[in-house]
Amino acid sequence: MSDGEQVKKGKGTVFVKPEVCKGCSYCIDFCPAHCLEFSREFNRKGYHYPVLGRPEDCTGCDLCGLYCPDFAIFGMRFKDIEQRRQAAAVPPPVPAGS
Amino acid sequence: MSEPATLVCDIENPVTPYLREERLPHIWCPGCGIGTTVNCFARALTESAMNLDKVAIVSGIGCTGRVAGYMNLDSFHTTHGRAIPFATGLKLANPDLKVVVYSGDGDLSAIGGNHLIHAARRNMDLMVVCVNNFTYGMTGGQVAPTTPLGATQTTMPYGNFENPFNLPFLADACGAVYVARWTVYHVKQLAKAMLEGLRKKGFVFIEAMAPCPTLYSRRNRLGDGVDQLKYYKEKSKVVNGADTKDVGLTFQGDITVGKFVDRDRPTWLDAMNEHYIQHFGEKYVPYGVSHGQD
Repeated sequence: MSDGEQVKKGKGTVFVKPEVCKGCSYCIDFCPAHCLEFSREFNRKGYHYPVLGRPEDCTGCDLCGLYCPDFAIFGMRFKDIEQRRQAAAVPPPVPAGS
Repeated sequence: MSEPATLVCDIENPVTPYLREERLPHIWCPGCGIGTTVNCFARALTESAMNLDKVAIVSGIGCTGRVAGYMNLDSFHTTHGRAIPFATGLKLANPDLKVVVYSGDGDLSAIGGNHLIHAARRNMDLMVVCVNNFTYGMTGGQVAPTTPLGATQTTMPYGNFENPFNLPFLADACGAVYVARWTVYHVKQLAKAMLEGLRKKGFVFIEAMAPCPTLYSRRNRLGDGVDQLKYYKEKSKVVNGADTKDVGLTFQGDITVGKFVDRDRPTWLDAMNEHYIQHFGEKYVPYGVSHGQD
């Protein structure tokens, strides 16, 4: 699901669902930190989807998530991610199907 | 990687609970702004912390009319232009509901224009989100009542000569209590306006300007959806409380955005209750007093 999860730099990261992206480039053009770029790969429909090109600049502000017309991307701060995982880890973890 | 893939997948998009995931991806073109307005609406619903069983969404026909099918709320997809009459009936039959009408400019101001002005005149307790893309997108780019002068459309190949509607002025003149206009570029402000609209009692009219890259932009050689957003960014000026007379739109000209009107008037139900209490006194039992503002 995600490309941003691999490197923990900066304050946050983005999660991308490549299969629903239509490559409109709203997120890439209006990212305040200019940290997103088009992928080299295509998705199933033939669009280039966004990837986190400069993870050290991402603040997880979620403006990309607000702009995305296809609900394909959203950003999150690392501390919120940790919080969410801890909250989710209290009941026995269920394998998440995406 | 050290972390298994399941840990990545357990974080879902914050707007997912508001969408019917099984119907996605939606039919809107790449670069269309309607999805962004839906995103803003979902964020507004999150922030309002409303009981989603008490929110209903009604839309008419057209590209924007598909919104009712994608939102995971009680929804109805009405016939062309009749979203507001259906929503009026829904509101009056069940006054506890917060009814949102989500439709396009052609549906609301052309085919349903009469209903728009009369619902605003009566101050029916509805929130109307009008996604204005200046054309009839679903049927092939015909001239809409909002198409600016000089814009080329399939039915006006030499440019439009009909004077367009100034929608905020229309809604203001008819008596809407909250009138705002934002573009798809102003996502935070649009989400905030929708939040205020959800909390406001009375007829709320929010115009959201959105690009139509496939028909409007292509016929006028304006580039892609993102080029239109850059135009919105460059040419829009925020004037809160501006006189709605002066906020008309011209072809690729200046855009005035902001919250134009925020006032209080008795809603239709309030006026009815007050009137009948005056006439019948104690005998009259007021109808629907909570108005969905719980």
